[in-house]
Amino acid sequence: MATKILLNNIEVPGLANFQVYRELGGYAAVEKAIKTLTPDELTDEVKKSGIRGRGGAGFPTGMKWGFIDKQSEKPRYLVCNYDESEPGTFKDRHLGQFNPHLLIEGMILGSYALGVKDAYIYIRGELFYVMKIIDKAIQEAYANGFLGDNILGTGYSLNLYCHPGGGAYICGEETALLESLEGKRGNPRIKPPFPAIVGLYGCPTVVNNVETIAALPWIVNNGSEAYAAIGVGNSKGTKLISACGHINKPGIYEIELGLPVEEFIYSDEYCGGIRNGNKLKAVVAGGSSVPILPAELILKTAAGEPRLMSYESLADGGFKTGTMLGSGGFIVMDHTTCIVKNLLTFARFYRHESCGQCSPCREGTSWMEKILMRIEGGQGTMKDIDLLVNIAKHVEGNTICPLGDAASWPVASAILHFREEFEEHVKLQKCPF
Amino acid sequence: MQENNKVPEFNKETLDLIAQLIKRYPEGRQKSALLPVLHIAQAENQGWLSPGMMDYVASLLQIEPIEVYEVASFYSIYNLKPVGNCVIEVCQTGPCWLKGAENIVAHFGSRLGIKPGETTADGKFTLKTVECLAACGTAPVIQVGTEYHENLTTEKVDQLLDQWKAENKISHKNPYL
Repeated sequence: MATKILLNNIEVPGLANFQVYRELGGYAAVEKAIKTLTPDELTDEVKKSGIRGRGGAGFPTGMKWGFIDKQSEKPRYLVCNYDESEPGTFKDRHLGQFNPHLLIEGMILGSYALGVKDAYIYIRGELFYVMKIIDKAIQEAYANGFLGDNILGTGYSLNLYCHPGGGAYICGEETALLESLEGKRGNPRIKPPFPAIVGLYGCPTVVNNVETIAALPWIVNNGSEAYAAIGVGNSKGTKLISACGHINKPGIYEIELGLPVEEFIYSDEYCGGIRNGNKLKAVVAGGSSVPILPAELILKTAAGEPRLMSYESLADGGFKTGTMLGSGGFIVMDHTTCIVKNLLTFARFYRHESCGQCSPCREGTSWMEKILMRIEGGQGTMKDIDLLVNIAKHVEGNTICPLGDAASWPVASAILHFREEFEEHVKLQKCPF
Repeated sequence: MQENNKVPEFNKETLDLIAQLIKRYPEGRQKSALLPVLHIAQAENQGWLSPGMMDYVASLLQIEPIEVYEVASFYSIYNLKPVGNCVIEVCQTGPCWLKGAENIVAHFGSRLGIKPGETTADGKFTLKTVECLAACGTAPVIQVGTEYHENLTTEKVDQLLDQWKAENKISHKNPYL
């Protein structure tokens, strides 16, 4: 069995209640950190653990914390990115719903390390019911002296608040999230300056994903070495993988990084194989934004090595034959799936979610959707396929935020690996599925 | 339906809640409460944000009306046109599509006699398609107010619709209460 850092005890009834969480050892990490570690020592522990941002980008968390402007006399902020919206990703919803105190405990630890006095959890507006569960847990944490003034008599004070979004994928981008938290449209900011220097209300700010924050209590309790001992290469610790699509057991799984992809898909401990004994066709391994891979390339790298669930192994081969771990949103498609239609739903998603600020993304996402509708609808031409590739190439890298890349990669990779299927749509003048 | 010439006014309980929400942000940053307050305002206004309601929110937060309009029109949760009592939002993104979301949309459509984006003539139901609701493992998924309904089948849709019709379901309620 893999080490359980995030899903430990998640099935215990009533875990969302303070008493139950506390009796299972909850808030011990806060006691340990606030009483025995300085903020810098705690930051060092996080650096040494090797944990990387679990929202998708995989940036080392300790390094991100290290960028915070400590010379500034302005207040500092920690903001939890709970805007989980990447298609295929549904891990944070689960974590906050069933173990809100783990997130709160992590927020206290992060805030203490960064010298934060007011912290926010920005949660997507659709998950209002989860926010209410977290809000209730926050009230319990206040009532038990883990939030508010003079926490555990140490002189450290922290306020923690939830903030609902309004329904916008783009607010998962950290600067768009900060704009949104300030009560504005979620238009990403030009970086630099990075939020660590100019963030919320112009103050030094760190934005971390729910899963990243939720791993902090374990790291404090067990030490950075124990965390770094799990995993492979520069992929340390465990990762939540939310698996969906045509598998026998969709759900949220905590894996030790380095688990073979084949085992993850076919083992009964995880996805339990493909539904109805069908053939695996393709996988989008890290949320809709990462390149799609055909069965042979998701199970083995181009060099024939077994593919592992890790940042490095999934990226092996670059864009041509690799993909990314991303958010851990693992979308599995069997042989009955029309790749063009699936891609069309993604293209529609990105067109809908583009904030409209940059022309290449605003126009390009709309063009890509229209052309895909044409091909899927049987009115496409061979030229349309190359036109799609061309548009994707011109959107990628030409926008303020990565949404342009996220919209382009699925298109470019689907045509790279499944070109014959697009051509078949054109030849038949209809969808063959 | 709200009369357009009537200036809306929240009751004391709602105003107290909004005052509490504003306190979560630093002084002078009350605009930060805009998204949370719009959730409340929409619920208090039959599920949509009329110009009059948005102006009222602007006055509560001491910001310009345009600052409310530009935000309300950006985020997909806020409806700028009247909706039915019960708004049914069906996720249609890849993972839900893989598990048959199109059948769910079609079934709601044929049961209600409307297309996505439309409201039934009696004003009871609005059908919408939405993008990823972050519940892909239990696809297909719909959202109604703050409720999620997951692992949907056409039989479950029938059950839900019968239930909602019987109870005159209203999906817009102040989500904080």
